[in-house]
Amino acid sequence: MTPPRPGQVIAPDQAPPDSAAGSTHEDDLRIVGTPFRRVDGWAKVTGQTRFADDMTFPRMIHMRLVRSTLPHAFIQSIDTSKAEEMAGVVGVLTGKDMPEPFGILPVSQDEHALCLEKVRFVGDPVVAVAALTEDQAADACSAVKIEYEPLTTISSVDEALETHEPLIHDYGDEGNLHKKISLQFGAVEDGFAEADEILEDVMFYEGSTHLPMEQHAAVAVPEGGGRITLYTSTQTPHYVHKVLAQVLGMPASRVRVIACSVGGGFGGKSDIFNHEIAVAKMALVTGRPVKICLNREEVFYCHRGRHPVLMHLRTGFTKDGAMVAQHLKTALDGGAYGSYGVASTYYTGALQTVTYGLPRYRFDSIRAFTNKPPCGPKRGHATVQPRFALEVHLDKAAQRLGIDPADLRLNNLLPPDSITANYLKVGSIGLGACIQAVVDGSGWRERFQSLPHGRGLGLACGSYLTGAGLPIHWNHLPQSAVQLKLDRTGTVAAYCGEAEIGQGSDSVLAACVAEVLGIGLDDVLLCVGDTGLTPVDLGSYSSRVTLMVGRAAIQAAERARDRLAEAVAEKLDVPADRLVFAESRVFDSGSPENGMPFAEAVQQAEEKFGALATTGSYAPPRAPGRYRGSGVGPSPTYSYSACVIEVEVDPETGLYRVEHVWIAHDIGRAINPVLTIGQVEGSVYMGLGEAMMEEQVFRRLPKSRSSALVHKVPSMLEYKSPTFHEMPPVTTYLIEDPDPEGPFGAKEVGQGPLLPVIPALANAIFDAVGVRIDQVPIGPHMIRKALEDKEAGGDGRYGPKSFPDIDFGVPLMVPTPDEGGDGRATNTEEAGVRKGSGTMTDGVRKGSKP
Amino acid sequence: MMRLPVFRLHQPESLSDAMALLASSDGETRLVAGGTDLWPNMKRRHQSADVVVSLNRVAELSGIRGEVGGEVRIGATTTLAAVAASPIVRAAYPALARAVESISSPAIRNMATLGGNLCLDTRCTYYNQTEEWRTSIDFCLKEGGTICWVAPQSPRCWAVSSSDAAPVLCALGARVRLLSPAGEREVSVADFYRDDGIDYLTKQPDEVLTEVVLPPSDGVQMSFWKLRRRGSIDFAVLTAAVAVRRDDDGVVSEAAVWLGAVASAPVRSEAAEAVLVGNALTPEVITEAATATRKVATPLDNTDFTLQWRSKMVVHYVEAALREVAGLERERLAPNHAM
Ligand SMILES: Cc1cc2nc3c(=O)[nH]c(=O)nc-3n(C[C@H](O)[C@H](O)[C@H](O)COP(=O)(O)OP(=O)(O)OC[C@H]3O[C@@H](n4cnc5c(N)ncnc54)[C@H](O)[C@@H]3O)c2cc1C
Ligand code: SF4
Repeated sequence: MTPPRPGQVIAPDQAPPDSAAGSTHEDDLRIVGTPFRRVDGWAKVTGQTRFADDMTFPRMIHMRLVRSTLPHAFIQSIDTSKAEEMAGVVGVLTGKDMPEPFGILPVSQDEHALCLEKVRFVGDPVVAVAALTEDQAADACSAVKIEYEPLTTISSVDEALETHEPLIHDYGDEGNLHKKISLQFGAVEDGFAEADEILEDVMFYEGSTHLPMEQHAAVAVPEGGGRITLYTSTQTPHYVHKVLAQVLGMPASRVRVIACSVGGGFGGKSDIFNHEIAVAKMALVTGRPVKICLNREEVFYCHRGRHPVLMHLRTGFTKDGAMVAQHLKTALDGGAYGSYGVASTYYTGALQTVTYGLPRYRFDSIRAFTNKPPCGPKRGHATVQPRFALEVHLDKAAQRLGIDPADLRLNNLLPPDSITANYLKVGSIGLGACIQAVVDGSGWRERFQSLPHGRGLGLACGSYLTGAGLPIHWNHLPQSAVQLKLDRTGTVAAYCGEAEIGQGSDSVLAACVAEVLGIGLDDVLLCVGDTGLTPVDLGSYSSRVTLMVGRAAIQAAERARDRLAEAVAEKLDVPADRLVFAESRVFDSGSPENGMPFAEAVQQAEEKFGALATTGSYAPPRAPGRYRGSGVGPSPTYSYSACVIEVEVDPETGLYRVEHVWIAHDIGRAINPVLTIGQVEGSVYMGLGEAMMEEQVFRRLPKSRSSALVHKVPSMLEYKSPTFHEMPPVTTYLIEDPDPEGPFGAKEVGQGPLLPVIPALANAIFDAVGVRIDQVPIGPHMIRKALEDKEAGGDGRYGPKSFPDIDFGVPLMVPTPDEGGDGRATNTEEAGVRKGSGTMTDGVRKGSKP
Repeated sequence: MMRLPVFRLHQPESLSDAMALLASSDGETRLVAGGTDLWPNMKRRHQSADVVVSLNRVAELSGIRGEVGGEVRIGATTTLAAVAASPIVRAAYPALARAVESISSPAIRNMATLGGNLCLDTRCTYYNQTEEWRTSIDFCLKEGGTICWVAPQSPRCWAVSSSDAAPVLCALGARVRLLSPAGEREVSVADFYRDDGIDYLTKQPDEVLTEVVLPPSDGVQMSFWKLRRRGSIDFAVLTAAVAVRRDDDGVVSEAAVWLGAVASAPVRSEAAEAVLVGNALTPEVITEAATATRKVATPLDNTDFTLQWRSKMVVHYVEAALREVAGLERERLAPNHAM
């Protein structure tokens, strides 16, 4: 078989299913599926795009924050008197000015815009100062005097487990544990009893941060009528809007949030941040526009990045490599606040079931509070760590069982349209085609285990959500909506709350509208990410935008098309179902010359119906799980990816270089192949960064000398992220098998392709030099150590030795679909868990103040 | 954004004007050339100044004079980009070209100068941080504190000499010219440094480095290897610079083996040189010489990478540099991490 071409689109044999979401037949599509120029591209390359820091207003002043220099302490006193008298200073705020707690999840309302009684990590903001210039604000910040009473600091999960006093927060599941979960799906022990081989692994995934090029910035502008507008670099204007109103104590109708173009988010701009609230308050207090732009070090303190996770994985296999039961334990180092942490905790277990058949499954997890910047969602949100563990674990199983790692996976693929042991409903699965593409492309069959010592190939897979099935604030409202306004010029204005963070969501919105209405991309005028003008979209997270905005846009456009068709049909005297919308015209498919320009069609319809506007919206289908915790994991559809990495390792030094990456992604349908390949390559880049070198790590100074616990290297020079010298050539295959849930069949691409990259590297290193590195990032010293260990007769492994001994109590028992389960837990009382499926909304104690 | 403090900047156009300004300025006065070290340090409040005298417009300090086979003089404010591109340097001192080409990034090399590189402040991961960060851990010896966080028992600072040009120039026996109101002097690059993280130069505060003087390189074979995390931008965590002269039978008559980024000054390995001199460059001799460098290098945990591994790499990198000089197949090191 000839290897596929790079960038080749591979369509599986079966005919695409009919879909409610736009046509999926390639012949009918003009824009979707072609590589078109992104609609915001021109402005970006010519510097016309206005990022939040580009915003400027008359009388605008500048704000800076004084941040804690202690990792854990009570605030004894704050003296701002000297700062207030300094040249140019206009306003000073402390925690007392905004005492209302907040947090992105209703269940973790544990943050304050400025710290109230306590600071919880070095970098926690305490005071805000605004002055005529940024220099004056910075000088005045240096004049603020804060006295602290230091507290014992907690720097790791182990310390959190040991330390019962002091508590970082006065809420949580137990001591300094924010969250503790135990879920069991089916008779897991029976499964292990049937196994031919049981494999056990302990693995560690270090934390890392998003490192967006754009530092967070926000500008707040007081407006007439007691309103306030916040321009900010955010992925989630809707949530910023909600929380801002809550903390400022203003009606949401008086608060407007505008998401500026974002210069990189990757999950790091999905929370609402202290500075966004403080800058708005400062604008209200001073009556002037106020700007804040964080410096790079502060961005490291905002964080919300990848959780460091220690994992224990035990799996029973049959002789031919099928999994019969699995028990996964994860321990997350959460940092100082809740953030998305409850969701993250569940996500470390949720998607283990969606790639390969797994009939019985148990999942235990804790998330600890520590005195470090809070962790949260980063590309692949908390599914990346257990995916690393699983895919390396499978590589070891394949080795133990004498099965080719590609076959082990291919033979045990989850069938399409399955309901998994943990009640995720999975639709189309293109994973088999993905594996086949990278196996063929890399010459796997001939080259795996056959390359010279020092060269190796590794294979791994992954899967990700195309949008979280449930909203953060539990309700039955649409999760995305689009409004279209059609005017006499033929321009269609599309209003939508989505936030363009560089991923191309504007282009997807414009393409869906233009495709349905048969007009050009230039004829669509976008108004997005503005809570004052646009209907709600929940935001750019969980890879939801293409699917949900796309579906809403198609619905709105189809409604507009129907109206136009009705008017045009009457005018041309042809049946409406014979009309075609294409080339910016509406015409009779029977005699194409019989038609009119699109603008004229709009005028006809306006004459008939009055001013024209339509709406569309989308809410995901309900998931089958009914147990507490089942809210995390469901998605309208899942994307799949497979990756092969070729690596060259120098056994003498442990230094290595990634030579080539082959990656295939099951995208359903590429709305724009160029943008999607860009997302795949970006994911490869970010995945390699995490696999090779990126780490958000901390330095604790000798306890006898100092209580310091600081970010080791909060700078772009010393926080190592690959440069293009480290970026290998990448061959991307898009696997197109349109999914009925997706717009034109599309699934996500922004996050999924990152997942297989990390384990593929670890597996490739094993093929190259025969040692297992069970943690990332993989440093050369680890390879050297493992090789030395092997030379000394050891097992040639580098990684964590053990998982802490934690009493997870009685797991919540959920019989699987195969066992006749109905998605409900059977021992809710005994497991001490509240009923219902909500996870992020209620059920545990609220923060310091409700 | 991190902002520069307020100071007065002078941009004289002649060396005499610069010297006059240095002599007449009130308050703390500093020199700047490319500013790629000084400005970040001032933003982070490591270094302060009331007055900064820029050498950038002093034409007589810039340029490369001499020819291949003879003595070559490089003006202090010649940019790193110009040094790396110079046909004379590339032909006569390829190891210097390679070292300079490896420094930071193309954009920085267009601003940065050779003189500035030699005067580069020593570095330490406990020190090259913002003022707020340093307040959090408390200031160390290098900033007037009472403790070295890397070696808490130590009375001295161990910040790392991070100039990539320095070890090569030491190995080549280069000299620097220094001008002050008291007159002019020349000193070997080796003697320009002191193994002390705080007081790392023997240069007097009122001395201006005007020129680097390279001896003729006839018959000298040289190499430079650099270890760092990434193929660009990063400072070295270890460099090996070697220069060797061999007689007609291939026996080494002169050898210089220098290490960079493992101490507060470039470090010479006389033991390795002794192994080489009088011997042919066989793989065995090279391994023995490389192994002999182990004792002189005592890096501490204040750079990227783990300390133990970095220490072990010293031998590998010296070996690789010497094998390259000997024309032997070099160790199979991942090429992104060296040249
Ligand atoms: C991201 C980054 C990466 C870097 N990577 C490397 C690297 O890999 N290797 C490396 O060696 N360096 C590196 N550097 C450091 C620096 O850029 C270079 O060493 C550069 O050559 C310094 O030269 P400059 O002219 O910019 O120095 P300046 O900043 O102008 O000056 C540096 C110091 O030297 C003094 N000085 C300058 N010229 C003279 C003179 N003629 N006489 C007396 N004193 C003088 C100044 O007063 C100042 O104290 C890096 C810097 C950055 C920001
Ligand atoms: S070596 Fe010690 S004294 Fe010197 S900068 Fe580092 S911590 Fe400070």
